Amino acid sequence: MRAARAAWRFLRGEPFAFVGAAIYALIVVTAIFADKLAPHDPREILRVGRRVARYLPISPEHWLGTTSSGRDVLSQLIWGTRSALQVGLTAAIVVVAIGTLMGLLAGYLGGWVDKLITRLADIVLSMPFLPFMLVLAALTQPGTTVVVACVALLLWPNTARVIRSQVLSLRERAWVEAARVTGCSNTRIMFVHILPQVLPLAALYGSVAIGWAILAEASASFLGFGDPNTVSWGVMLQEAYANQALGRGAWNWFTPPGLAIVSMVLAGFMISRGSEKLLFPKLADK
Amino acid sequence: MSAVIEARGLGKTFRTGRRTVHAVQDVSLSVSAGEALGIVGESGCGKTTTARMLLRLEEPTAGQVLFEGEDITHRRAAALLPFRARAQLVFQNPFDALNPRFTIRRTLAEPLRNFGIPEAEHAARIDAVMGRVRLTPASAWLDRFPHELSGGQLQRVVLARALIPGPRLIVADEPVSMLDVSVRAGILNLLRAARDELGLAAIYISHDLALIRYVCERTVVMYLGRIVEEGPTAELIAAPRHPYTRALVAAVPVPRVDQDRAALPIRGSLSDSPLGGTGCAFRDRCPHAMPRCEAEAPALREAGQARRVACHLEEGAPS
Repeated sequence: MRAARAAWRFLRGEPFAFVGAAIYALIVVTAIFADKLAPHDPREILRVGRRVARYLPISPEHWLGTTSSGRDVLSQLIWGTRSALQVGLTAAIVVVAIGTLMGLLAGYLGGWVDKLITRLADIVLSMPFLPFMLVLAALTQPGTTVVVACVALLLWPNTARVIRSQVLSLRERAWVEAARVTGCSNTRIMFVHILPQVLPLAALYGSVAIGWAILAEASASFLGFGDPNTVSWGVMLQEAYANQALGRGAWNWFTPPGLAIVSMVLAGFMISRGSEKLLFPKLADK
Repeated sequence: MSAVIEARGLGKTFRTGRRTVHAVQDVSLSVSAGEALGIVGESGCGKTTTARMLLRLEEPTAGQVLFEGEDITHRRAAALLPFRARAQLVFQNPFDALNPRFTIRRTLAEPLRNFGIPEAEHAARIDAVMGRVRLTPASAWLDRFPHELSGGQLQRVVLARALIPGPRLIVADEPVSMLDVSVRAGILNLLRAARDELGLAAIYISHDLALIRYVCERTVVMYLGRIVEEGPTAELIAAPRHPYTRALVAAVPVPRVDQDRAALPIRGSLSDSPLGGTGCAFRDRCPHAMPRCEAEAPALREAGQARRVACHLEEGAPS
């Protein structure tokens, strides 16, 4: 209760974080109540009389019109929040966890640990994303798990590099030496003294990873390696692309999922930008 | 009284690629409880490296460090914990010495936690130490973050953090050089009061002879990694024996603009001095250099009551 009130007070003082949190809250609520909010089954092929209701424009009945196969765009958009949250958040959490840990160990411990992790990161960074995902998907069960695993395995070096360079400069600070003089172990210095200072960066990279994961999921779905039974923004975009929605001027079909992806990535960025004051109290005065 | 900390033939060699730098060579010193030792010298003379070795923030490559009679020279990090509680450091730059994300309370609780002091005692000990550094009432300060305090206030917190585990030794590395002149005396007096009341051994590291004279009974002068002279501070300043000490004393600013004073008795700069090799490291800058200085490095010898000097001129001189 106390924490909730503190969080509310913080959000009220930080417009950036407030907008970001509001977008996330909206998406989370939509995802939870997707089955109640959506006017139609997102996979149902709607008909007008006996004809399939293709490319219907925006109308009171179909707020965002219908797709080329007569499905309700709004319902798909609403259901899409579920898979977006699932893929985006899992991938982001795994990326941030691995990347931060690797960056922290490499930057603080240095020596052979640093060499090993940096080499590993170089190797991973040189791997092309799509082929890697296709091979992994071909070797295992295609589905969202593969997408999440790919994003996690291939995206952690970006986070790790940034965290490492930040840690390299932080560990030279006098207060790190002070921590050692006052009896802190290396583990405690890393996780209690240094980690909180790099978390905003990690969160920033996490919010980028959310977007990447959603985009990756879209690409995988397009190439047939996604889960065919899910409804996602990525699948919507790819379907629209495959049916030349742009050429037909069916902007009511492809704009909403695109905006949804953009707003989700933006929300993550705004939250991490807005929390800087909380995470770097020194900035508060400026 | 037995020494709290003692260094015997301490040395530190850094290797960078092909070059080898002898940052500190053959430094021996000791400090007893209640005594303050000053280490003076110019930048790069090895005084900070010496201090870091005494605190085992750096592992010596030669010699021994004895703390209360125990050899801690090569002790592993985990086994150093009891020593850490008893030997503390006051930092030069108070703006960088405190974790910016920790409140003052948390900064002070951190050593207590690490040294295994029961949580029930934390509040009382924090209050007591805040009183000692004259940040009262403690409640007005404890929940603030470092960026909300001034330099002098921060240095008091740094001092409080050093005192809170109940150390026997305090090392102060240029403790006031980053502070405004107006608050320097306050910090130095607090340090001195803590030393007197708690019977601490203290080591002050500074380039400033005036500061050393104000707080230290005994002084060691270092030049290029070696001790060149040692003695009671007052005598050392009144009658310096080593040519380098004479130069240091002559360089102390005097608050009179139109004074008459001789030019510095030495010439050149640090980079002119030979690194390694034989002979006296100071010979290129010394006004009294003689052929012998080229051939043979002078040893640090007893030169009178409680004084030691490393100079060929001293040999055979009446002590």
